[in-house]
Amino acid sequence: MKRLPLNLTLGVSLVGMVVLAAAVSYVWLPHDPNRMDFGAQFAAPGTAYLLGTDHFGRDLLSRLLVGARSTLLVSFVAVGISLGLGGALGALAGWVGGWFDEAMMRLVDVLYAFPAILMALLLAAVFRPGILTAMAAIGLATAPVFARLTRASVLSLRGREYVEAGRALGASEARLLATHVLPGATSPIVVQASLSMAIAVLAEAALSFLGLGAPPDVPSWGNMLREAQGFMALSPYPALVPGFAIVVTVLGWSLLGDGLRDRLDPTTSR
Amino acid sequence: MAAFFVKRLLTALVSIVLASAVVFAAVLAIPGDPAAIILGVTASPDALSALRTQLGLDVPAPQRYLQWLAGLVRGDLGTSLQYERAVRALVADRVPLSVALAVGAALLATLLAVPVGVFTALRRGTLLDPLVVLASQVGAAVPSFWLGLLLILVFSVELRLLPAGGFPGWEAGALAAWRALLLPVLALGLGQAAVMVRMTRAALLDVLGQDYVRTARAKGLGATSVVWKHALRNAMVTLVTILGLSLTNVFIGSIIIEQVFALPGLGRLALSAIGNRDFPLVQGVVLLYASTIVLLSFLVDLSYGWLDPRIRYA
Repeated sequence: MKRLPLNLTLGVSLVGMVVLAAAVSYVWLPHDPNRMDFGAQFAAPGTAYLLGTDHFGRDLLSRLLVGARSTLLVSFVAVGISLGLGGALGALAGWVGGWFDEAMMRLVDVLYAFPAILMALLLAAVFRPGILTAMAAIGLATAPVFARLTRASVLSLRGREYVEAGRALGASEARLLATHVLPGATSPIVVQASLSMAIAVLAEAALSFLGLGAPPDVPSWGNMLREAQGFMALSPYPALVPGFAIVVTVLGWSLLGDGLRDRLDPTTSR
Repeated sequence: MAAFFVKRLLTALVSIVLASAVVFAAVLAIPGDPAAIILGVTASPDALSALRTQLGLDVPAPQRYLQWLAGLVRGDLGTSLQYERAVRALVADRVPLSVALAVGAALLATLLAVPVGVFTALRRGTLLDPLVVLASQVGAAVPSFWLGLLLILVFSVELRLLPAGGFPGWEAGALAAWRALLLPVLALGLGQAAVMVRMTRAALLDVLGQDYVRTARAKGLGATSVVWKHALRNAMVTLVTILGLSLTNVFIGSIIIEQVFALPGLGRLALSAIGNRDFPLVQGVVLLYASTIVLLSFLVDLSYGWLDPRIRYA
């Protein structure tokens, strides 16, 4: 048994911290995240408010904990969409082949031209900005990677002898794809899912900073940063605290992805 | 090379046409009557029908798409509803700022990342290597807009050296313009540099492990010659990919940075258009960004053929 790689351990710990923060926010918060304390605006971190307060005197720690919810919710759903859509497209394209494959891959190429923010601009113009358009935008924009990965795995596995053997024994095409081919594509997809989570967290924060994500009254990290920008001369803490949280979360997912790759794929050892 | 060029050009054109279809279809997906959404419930029937005509809603969708596409080919992106000006003119006003921001950031990132990446790859096995890798991983996790806020905090709020935002206009002189762009370029470029350091390092390590590099070393060539003539030349294909990718990244990233620093570029134009439900303007700007991404990847493909003859003939 090999020792766990350092990046995997670190990644799991950081991601675990964020998940824990979101979970804790449902059962316990130091203060009501929306309660304004006008006697304690722009408080520095201290005993009353552990991480300080914002321009309305709202507790930054409580808002940070609640903010972890929308970060995780949006990025999980987005990566789910991305994996489901991209994976299905890629698997079908690789399995069916021919003109269908060609057409699907052209479609995927077009998605590459619309990164999350661009997709969000388009969707927000049409459906009004919000958490749903943010999820859909990030999910659609990050789907091509999964399509490419799944297609590549399916292409390399579909001609193998054990697949032919399954076919000779009378297994249906759907069964062959589901039980013989797709399991072989799991490792790269799991690695990519973790790396995509890092991208999704960054995108969610960016979108809510731009006002294209969580509604303004919801304490998401991006919203907190946008509100903090106007008051940075009065107190740096409202602008510092959510930023650190984003960095920790993104770093956690990307270390986790790297660690998983080192562990699952013996061919890369750098 | 000509056949290669034509094939890639056609692929790029097909992608742009498909992208235009996506942008057009998005507005078709608007629930309800776009004219009523834009004008609100108090609009008179006359105003509604006038706007419908202006938006071309009285024409069937496929025909409208073809008309729009024909307009695009002529460089006509439609008319903005909020500004009542040609989208093309509005966009043209703002392109220089966004391009300056993106190109500045990409240049900064490249000039910083390529030497550091090469240097680290050559120091593999020393303590420096994992440290740089870790630093670049942390750097890549820092959102550019937060870095922008931190830079404002340090250089504008604390040190009062540089403006916290806004743009004096190009007519104010190059010095004033670049003073306003310095922090935005740093915010956008530094994060990109962090991403590129790791990629450059990996690309060079790939090449350094190959037989011909060992041969070059074995026949007694100096380290400089091996790295710059043999290794880097063959790592070029990967480096150009990285450069293309980072140009795309900073171009898209500039949308957020423009918002942080209140720079009147394309990104801010698009955001204001969303608030005002100015569909033609949103469509025009989004399509412009998407086409630029397609063109960048086309240029990257072309450079492959130029850098590596094997690709040209494949």
